[in-house]
Amino acid sequence: MGLDFTVIPGYLDIVLLGGLWTVGITVAAALLSFFGGVVFAVIALYAPWIIRQPFRLIEWVFMGTPLLLQLFLIYFGLVQIGIDLPAFVAGVIGLGLHFAVYNSELIQTAILSVDKGQMEAARTVGLSRVQALRKVVVPQAVRAVIPPIGNNMIALLKDSALVSVIGVSELTLSAQRAIGATYRPFEFYLLAAALYYVINLCMEAVQRRIERRIAISR
Amino acid sequence: MDVDLMLRVYPFFLEAAWVTIQLSVLTALLGLACGSLGAAARLSRFALARFLGAAYVSVFRGTPALIQLFILYFGGPQVGIQLDAFEAGVIGLGVNVGAYMTETIRGAIISIEKGQREAARTLGLSRWQAMRNVILPQAARMMVRPLGVNLNMLIKSTALVAAISVIELTYTAQRYIGSTYKPFEMFLLAGVLYMIIIYATGRGVAWLDRKVRIV
Repeated sequence: MGLDFTVIPGYLDIVLLGGLWTVGITVAAALLSFFGGVVFAVIALYAPWIIRQPFRLIEWVFMGTPLLLQLFLIYFGLVQIGIDLPAFVAGVIGLGLHFAVYNSELIQTAILSVDKGQMEAARTVGLSRVQALRKVVVPQAVRAVIPPIGNNMIALLKDSALVSVIGVSELTLSAQRAIGATYRPFEFYLLAAALYYVINLCMEAVQRRIERRIAISR
Repeated sequence: MDVDLMLRVYPFFLEAAWVTIQLSVLTALLGLACGSLGAAARLSRFALARFLGAAYVSVFRGTPALIQLFILYFGGPQVGIQLDAFEAGVIGLGVNVGAYMTETIRGAIISIEKGQREAARTLGLSRWQAMRNVILPQAARMMVRPLGVNLNMLIKSTALVAAISVIELTYTAQRYIGSTYKPFEMFLLAGVLYMIIIYATGRGVAWLDRKVRIV
């Protein structure tokens, strides 16, 4: 059949719009995964046993099964118990929770690496345990953990392609729509790959800037 | 929870798990081959090889594995590559995970102290001899654990081939969710099987790591 890249301009707007949705999903899921990761980490480290154990089980399930399977469960499973979420929301929740678990692992290590004297000093000046965590320990831990979390967020961008399977019109599904109209899979998937690559490079550039800023202020 | 249904369908999930295991093993082997080649290229004396190695890693780690799989499987016939879904899955995922393994292997090799190589060269070993007899035996021990992390990721990413209709665990779960409307039960079946595979692999990697570790 051969290749014919002249078909691309006619569908470029659809695919680019899909790219915008990919960016939106990535940003929304990244925020959820970051704050979720902080909450999970604090629970894993400080919550009473009775809360901690179920959480560890959830973490274990999230890390031991494929994201795609989790997306199916969230999208179809919530319908079964009467919660009918739009695919976009289900996708953001699935991606966000999945990566929150991975972020939580990083943040836990970072919290433990914050010097114990910090907590003791904060408690001595009269902060409660929760205040000390929130205002002294966690902010320091989060800064130490930004570079590896950046790597997770880049992985999140690539995994956002999976939400096409539950019908979110992001970059991958938009490319599929264009392919449905033109029967040109190679050209349009290559275009999608190129767009993912560009978004990826942008994220890496942002990550480097943030890392440099942290390095200076240290 | 519909236990009767689960008892009725679980043999199909076991069959599917076997496909997932086959996919994982073949993909891991291809990934190791690509990773070794990639690492050799990235550490080469020749600028062109280094550039190609770096480009391989950057492109395959910089784009979604799902898209790579689609290009190969759906786009392949346009450029004369006809593969069935299973073959496309193994090749697509293997080349993808090879890019991650390239970095793992390279990382282990460059973590070996420079003095080791210099000492070997001083003793009269050639560049290749020093690599084969001094550096690699040490580096191989260092890379067991990180390659285990790659392997863990790989097993989960075999779920992607469900999107090109390979009848493995995730595809099977998806099909039964569609026909029974019991997502939790199907997730439980597939999830438990995935976790068994991943747990067993993790134990195997830990065992190998203990066995080859010197210190």
